[in-house]
Amino acid sequence: MSTIAPRPGDPEINDALVREHGLSDDEYASVLRILGREPTYTELGVFSVMWSEHCSYKTSRIHLKTFPTDGPRVLQGPGENAGVIGIGDGLGICFKMESHNHPSFIEPYQGAATGVGGILRDVFTMNARPIALLNSLRFGRPEHPKTRHLVEGVVAGIAGYGNCMGVPTVGGEVAFHGCYDGNNLVNAMCVGVVEEDRIFRGIAAGPGNPVLYVGSRTGRDGIHGATMASDSFVEGEEGNRPTVQVGDPYTEKLLLEACLELMKEDSVVAIQDMGAAGLTSSSVEMAGRGGTGLRLHVDRIPRREDGMTPYECLLSESQERMLIVAAKGREDDVRQIFTKWDLEAVVVGTVTDDGMWTIVEDGVEVASIPVGPLTDEAPEYDRPRAEPADLAARQAQPELPAVGDCNEVLLQLLASPTIADKRWVWRQYDHMVRLNTLVRPGAADAAVLRVPDTEKAIAVSADCNQIHVKADPYEGAQGVIAEAARNVACVGAEPIAVTDCLNFGNPERPEVMWEFERAVTGLGDGLRALGVPVVSGNVSLYNETDATSIHPTPTIGMVGLLESRDDAVGMGLPADGGELVLLGSPRPSLGASAYAIVCHGVEQGAPPKVHWNEEKALLAVLHEGIRRRFIRAAHDAADGGLAVALAEMAITGGRNPDVGPGQGCEVNLAANPDPIARELSLFGETQGCAWAVVPTSHLADLLALSQELGCMARHCGRIGGDRIVVTDAHQTRAIDLSLAEARAAWEGGFCASVGLPQPPVRD
Amino acid sequence: MKFGIVTYPGSNCDHDAYHVVKHVLGCDATFLWHKDRDLQDVDCIILPGGFSYGDYLRCGAIARFSPITEEVARFAQHGGYVLGICNGFQVLTEAGLLPGVLRTNSQLKFICEDASLVVANGHTPWTVLCPETVVAPIAHHGGCYYADEETLGRLEGERQVVFRYAQRDGTETDEANPNGSLNNIAGITNARGNVLGMMPHPERNAESELGDASGAWIFRSIIHSFLEGTRA
Repeated sequence: MSTIAPRPGDPEINDALVREHGLSDDEYASVLRILGREPTYTELGVFSVMWSEHCSYKTSRIHLKTFPTDGPRVLQGPGENAGVIGIGDGLGICFKMESHNHPSFIEPYQGAATGVGGILRDVFTMNARPIALLNSLRFGRPEHPKTRHLVEGVVAGIAGYGNCMGVPTVGGEVAFHGCYDGNNLVNAMCVGVVEEDRIFRGIAAGPGNPVLYVGSRTGRDGIHGATMASDSFVEGEEGNRPTVQVGDPYTEKLLLEACLELMKEDSVVAIQDMGAAGLTSSSVEMAGRGGTGLRLHVDRIPRREDGMTPYECLLSESQERMLIVAAKGREDDVRQIFTKWDLEAVVVGTVTDDGMWTIVEDGVEVASIPVGPLTDEAPEYDRPRAEPADLAARQAQPELPAVGDCNEVLLQLLASPTIADKRWVWRQYDHMVRLNTLVRPGAADAAVLRVPDTEKAIAVSADCNQIHVKADPYEGAQGVIAEAARNVACVGAEPIAVTDCLNFGNPERPEVMWEFERAVTGLGDGLRALGVPVVSGNVSLYNETDATSIHPTPTIGMVGLLESRDDAVGMGLPADGGELVLLGSPRPSLGASAYAIVCHGVEQGAPPKVHWNEEKALLAVLHEGIRRRFIRAAHDAADGGLAVALAEMAITGGRNPDVGPGQGCEVNLAANPDPIARELSLFGETQGCAWAVVPTSHLADLLALSQELGCMARHCGRIGGDRIVVTDAHQTRAIDLSLAEARAAWEGGFCASVGLPQPPVRD
Repeated sequence: MKFGIVTYPGSNCDHDAYHVVKHVLGCDATFLWHKDRDLQDVDCIILPGGFSYGDYLRCGAIARFSPITEEVARFAQHGGYVLGICNGFQVLTEAGLLPGVLRTNSQLKFICEDASLVVANGHTPWTVLCPETVVAPIAHHGGCYYADEETLGRLEGERQVVFRYAQRDGTETDEANPNGSLNNIAGITNARGNVLGMMPHPERNAESELGDASGAWIFRSIIHSFLEGTRA
């Protein structure tokens, strides 16, 4: 092994410094073994970030291996910058979701903005043109003093970055819960389109090939961001500001256009964005995949400020930077394109065949680490798991007295911030740029985008019900998959692939690790039942503040395919009428429901179970019924049960598939008139159910199709009037509410709860 | 008829405008790069939406200095048709091709949603074929039109106000004004009428898949006007 003299001015390596870098005794022993000597300060920093939870997945890897990742459509599975699923016509959909939780809590605008910037780079680095962004957000209680500030900052940050990039933000979800008071979640997803034979990967091949640094200059921002993301929060220590990066979406827009222009040619061998752990992880991962080495001259890195050490340059998480391996002799072709877009492109090193990751400063080696061990021998833990002591209590069915007035219950649910209209949020996102948005936010369970230059469209949705997952991680996680699949099916799409973003608490707590393992198993079993693979994902652990972990929040980003984009439907009741059919067999439960939380302040009980045979039959009826034009609108039952789903269809009705002024309806739910049984059937949460709107002339067709595909279907009522009316088995009106009243509750609920000015009512 | 669509660094609706004039309306179209001076014999120039040069300064303030903008100004002075949409409108005011300024929205937030516009002057080259109202989405943070009293009086007197924010039925109300623009102004022309600036995006509602397609009438109007002009 080579010996490397300590760099003058660098701190001396000692136990305290090693601990500060988050390396355990065992991990540090591995470092000594791999190097055959003591590391330099620079090398210590490199091991620290590469072996951080965020970069190495050391805790989660052993469980993630159980996910189904194969399938006939998979063009690129997990392990690259993003996954790719084929949709025919020589095209693939490239997508991934990633968390930016900790930075967004410390500095909501920049934290959220750079989360969007990072996920965009992951997609366009594969040579995919980004066509949509989504996000899944979790905040603390609306009345918590910090919540309003965080909501405003995070939403503005997402808007600021995505809008400037000219990539529409078309969907997502926002929910509130006390478990996020000290640790909000910001999960951003990007979806792009790529030609299947032009997918670029981050594999550093061809010794002698030059390595180019392109994009923004390197500053001191974000040093050890990956390490921060691998630790818990303690109240009062948010002052970690230097580790939050600052975004520059304008530069990223230039970088996007320059990279896509560059990848039209054959001068690029490999390309990878600099995300978490910056230059270190991008270069190490590229060399690792290529089985090669890299020799980088750190003094050539374009810098924002003088006096930066190799340690700082390598660990900086400055944004809007990429690393490119070019074909030898083609450096000028690369430079020419970047110059056109006013960006820097500098040769900073070469690919080598010695398997070493070597960093040189002014001719002196400051780090030299074997690539294989650095990536392959990253620690992997099977951390202890223990069933939480309170699990039985969590799942005990709560005793809930009937509220009695179902109109009142419905209004309360519609106005609750997690269910209420999120127009205040998505109005700030440019959701139409690039002219592909066929079904807009708020108009359906999933957004629908046309795939340019084809007849096809994709449906995209991001989902997680963390109340269900907390109550029963295995069943709840299956429910997340089922709901995401229903959401894309309700607009007419077939679910084809997912990305995941697994947000959990401190994995060093056995009960959190138990939740993680159960949830991952539930997701995997659900996906296997559906036959849908995971193609990309991200894990965010240590979401804990003052020793309290968040609810397990495994967010799923689902992509569905519509062979014909003309088929897409929304959820609003059409103004020209039709029949309402309930698809599926409701098995309502008030445990772990929005009703129990909102109306009774009780979070307890087992979540509704998924019955995959029924669920798949429902998906088939939705997909086929929409394709054959029997179904004109559809919406699945989720938070708040069948009554809330129906009310949402009525409130947004009138201009399907866009959000309209509203459209009334009258349905019979044949519910038992006993008050609590009635509330159970109206507001109980269930898997496997959706409302479908069918023209009277096709009612028999839809019922026949449902029977053929093995899905229960019941004709319950019809569209008409300006009220939402639900009768029970005795033909008594359980709900009889004017559209105006329901709409006011739903449209005003979010802003009233969070304390924000409500946007003017839409025309 | 040939359209030229300017690409500034940070333009992001350039491809949308190109798509609509080329694939929806069947015209020739070409991109005009901000560093170039060659207008490639186009008959109408579109300054598209986006964030030219990042708009970290006042929106459009840097774009006015780019080489292509100087050529666009010359083209406009000779009577060429120029349409500035959103950021393009901001650039036109900064470059002095249209009067007034666009301030930050009165609610201080970016707003993206459909806007109904009443056509306040149907006798411009841009509106001859338009129905009484058109729908065009807005997507901006700085779309609040402002001009001093004298300028505003002249714009109104000379009927240079072409589009105003309105209810769907065409009624102009305060509620229908999304950004606080004076007199509900959504789009204006210069005195000669060959330069139009508008904050709403007609290209986003030019296809029936994306809305009622009424935004296409603005493009059809200018194509019609151009063809009439060449015939005359």
